Amino acid sequence: MYRYNDFDEAFVRERVAQFSGQVARRIDGSLTEEEFRPLRLMNGLYLQLHAYMLRVAIPYGTLSSRQMDQLAHIAETYDRGYGHFTTRQNIQYNWPKLPDVPAILSDLADVQMHAIQTSGNTIRNVTADHFAGASADEVADPRPIAELIRQWSTDHPEFQFLPRKFKIAVSGAEADRAVVRAHDIGLVLRERAGTLGAEIIVGGGLGRTPMVGKTLKDFVPLQDLLPYLEATVSVWNLLGRRDNKYKARIKITVHEHGIEEIRARVEERFAQVKPAFGGIDMEMLSEIEAHFAPPAFVTKPVDAYTRAHEADPVFRAWADTNLAAHKAEGYAIVTVSLKKPGQTPGDASADQMRALAQIARDFAHDELRISHEQNVILPHVHKSDLPAIHAALKAADLATANIGLVSDIIACPGMDYCALATARSIPVAQGIATRFNELKLEHEIGPLKIKISGCINACGHHHVGHIGILGLDRAGVENYQITLGGDGTETTVIGERTGPGFAYDEIVPAIERLIAAYLELRTGPEETFLQTYRRLGMDPFKTALYPEKDAKAGKEKAHAA
Amino acid sequence: MPRPFTPKAITANALLEGDVIYLSATGEWVRALSDAAVFTEQAAAEAALAEAAKDRMVVGAYLTDVAPGENGPEPTHFREDFRRTGPSNYFHGKQEAAANV
Repeated sequence: MYRYNDFDEAFVRERVAQFSGQVARRIDGSLTEEEFRPLRLMNGLYLQLHAYMLRVAIPYGTLSSRQMDQLAHIAETYDRGYGHFTTRQNIQYNWPKLPDVPAILSDLADVQMHAIQTSGNTIRNVTADHFAGASADEVADPRPIAELIRQWSTDHPEFQFLPRKFKIAVSGAEADRAVVRAHDIGLVLRERAGTLGAEIIVGGGLGRTPMVGKTLKDFVPLQDLLPYLEATVSVWNLLGRRDNKYKARIKITVHEHGIEEIRARVEERFAQVKPAFGGIDMEMLSEIEAHFAPPAFVTKPVDAYTRAHEADPVFRAWADTNLAAHKAEGYAIVTVSLKKPGQTPGDASADQMRALAQIARDFAHDELRISHEQNVILPHVHKSDLPAIHAALKAADLATANIGLVSDIIACPGMDYCALATARSIPVAQGIATRFNELKLEHEIGPLKIKISGCINACGHHHVGHIGILGLDRAGVENYQITLGGDGTETTVIGERTGPGFAYDEIVPAIERLIAAYLELRTGPEETFLQTYRRLGMDPFKTALYPEKDAKAGKEKAHAA
Repeated sequence: MPRPFTPKAITANALLEGDVIYLSATGEWVRALSDAAVFTEQAAAEAALAEAAKDRMVVGAYLTDVAPGENGPEPTHFREDFRRTGPSNYFHGKQEAAANV
């Protein structure tokens, strides 16, 4: 895991001191809110519906046990005993008080964490595949590249006042677990003729104009990667629209200028910036890579796992649902669900955070990850330890066996917290998860991704949900639009709208009708919801969603005859 | 034609806690919408807002629609209802404080 060097340490401490002074001057009246707002946003501090919200970066989603313990300490000391893990691999605290924020930032700095660039028109927290360094299908660990980008982008003088926020995601595997095609820049690490490099995908994004990113260059060798990124962001910094914030993201720039023109400009700029790097970035990368050496994997029997899997159906259900293939023999990747039916997706209490930290300390090489799907990952676990891990998770109320299933829902905070939201997300997610828990159909339904956003900004990634739900305000009433067929993997697709939206009390029954239709329509249990949708298209699902419309059409037809 | 003026209250967030606050008839910031002053004339509402917004201990003051209720003003939009009560996923917003009165 990356450890701050002296420069990082001093930089973060200086920022804490600087912001502490700014908070003090805001409170004593030396700074107006207008002056203070951009300063607090540069440090991840928002003012939301009911309170301040502090967004803390978890770079590429990677945490040590000590860092997780500190997040728990902050939740308990300065907040209301919980934190909310987000689709950007951040943690958000929903109730900090302004005078406490300097102390929170200082506590974060004690464990080499910060909230810098988690807001504002700058390069945001770099995200990555949450199975990085562990998955069986990986070409290379994406985290050293993500850390290099973090160091390059943090306080980069050219990129502090970009046209809009800028999001970068990095994947090191063919299977896309980082939604790279829905980011401003997505990187996919590849090997070509023994050389490591990256495909650079640009102009993806969700929000009010959802777009799938386009390949800017199919292979950039690592030694050119940082200057190529610098050239790309620089070109957008120049061309990006500043007259209209809704047209400022790079996806619009790519759309308006065309990928060929962008590519030509990037190549030209790359030639200018490349000499300035002079190889220092590769020296930095080499130092960073040393921090990401894999743990010492051991070879030992997995009998305890096999016995528990055969004898304990609860353990078996959890193991079959929540484990993923690890690259080392005898090991597994554990995904811990933060989606117990009825729970707020992504929330963890301070006690749960501490339990996770202890489990990682005892059984998982002291390492945790936060996934963009708002769950927690133990990336390196020997299978023989899984029964003990499962028992510890059960004790912490964290043993829900639902990863990838209908109740493993992504939901943004919505109008329960967020000042931008137009409707609530959390109770909709809770309602759906609770309903399918009552029906006991979850495992029969199989893989299904439901994603919910409480506004058009799409923090809940609804566009790439197999079933996407968007909450809107229609004439002063919460209304929910449904999209179908979205996909956030290596075959990214933006979902299609089904038709008119549903009222708050209609949305859970509507989702239930959709899924009942899928169970009727599928060729067998092996055909997933997404496959059924792709085979049959929208029509049969529309019929299920809007039965009254079909009934009305039938009546009119009969009447005409 | 301009829309007719509807009754308004003045709301904001407190600087230190971020808590939702309302301007009372005596010019103090209070935590409960039921204690808020109701403005029925546009000029008076805008003048009060301009004055209230000068308070350096509040952030983002604005006029919000309210309707008279049995216990004082009530919100007319669901957003303001959530601001009044707190989030719906935990019982630890203003609803908890109200229950412990």
